[in-house]
Amino acid sequence: MTTHAHPADSNAPQDDRPSAAITVRIQREDFDTAREIERLSAADSNVGAVVSFTGLCRDEGGRLSALELEHYPGMAEAEIERIARDAAARWPVTGLTAIHRHGKIAPGENIVLVVAASRHRAAAFQAADFLMDYLKTRAPFWKKEHLRDGGTGGWVDAREADKKAADRWSR
Amino acid sequence: MQLRYFAWVRERIGRDAETIEVPADVATVGALIDWLSARDEAYAGAFAERDAIKVALDQEHVDHDAPLNGAREAAFFPPMTGG
Repeated sequence: MTTHAHPADSNAPQDDRPSAAITVRIQREDFDTAREIERLSAADSNVGAVVSFTGLCRDEGGRLSALELEHYPGMAEAEIERIARDAAARWPVTGLTAIHRHGKIAPGENIVLVVAASRHRAAAFQAADFLMDYLKTRAPFWKKEHLRDGGTGGWVDAREADKKAADRWSR
Repeated sequence: MQLRYFAWVRERIGRDAETIEVPADVATVGALIDWLSARDEAYAGAFAERDAIKVALDQEHVDHDAPLNGAREAAFFPPMTGG
């Protein structure tokens, strides 16, 4: 889904902040990073910076054959969209795209993509960083390990470092 | 009320969803977890690590002291590990 977020905070300084085109997709299939970057670059002639982050599946030193990503349909989209709107209210971005895959994903394959576009680089860097930090701790996805030796590993534990990374934005 | 379970909460309870009639004296998320835990050992096991249980009402995160307030759907799951 794609929506437009306008900076609605009445306390925000009056600036020439653009409305941000927000796109959130939850899908089983892979995504095309170059195409998503191109789409946000071309959407607005005032874009001077595009930052992208791609999260991949690791094999943890040869231990894993796959990660299986379970998600909460409906809430996953809604929660990432809430985070993206929050990011668009904090930084003057022209576009934000977040794509998260679910299902079984092999090492080396893409899991998540975040793209942020803005006039100047600081907003795009920070909005992408913020979106990833909150996505990791608030978007309803869970990873289960599949082992190379054929067994099923456990559920991946949440990392304290991820929670700390998200907490630094509210300081 | 529709209940949904994800990840190891789903595995320990042994189902991914169910519909229940919430007793009148169960007013908060925490009270609902207590009531479910009293049903049988599977629920008690799933909810034993109380601090590890995250809850959403109508697909929005809430704390355990949140009132149910007529929510149509409650979901229970471990801390999230996406991204």
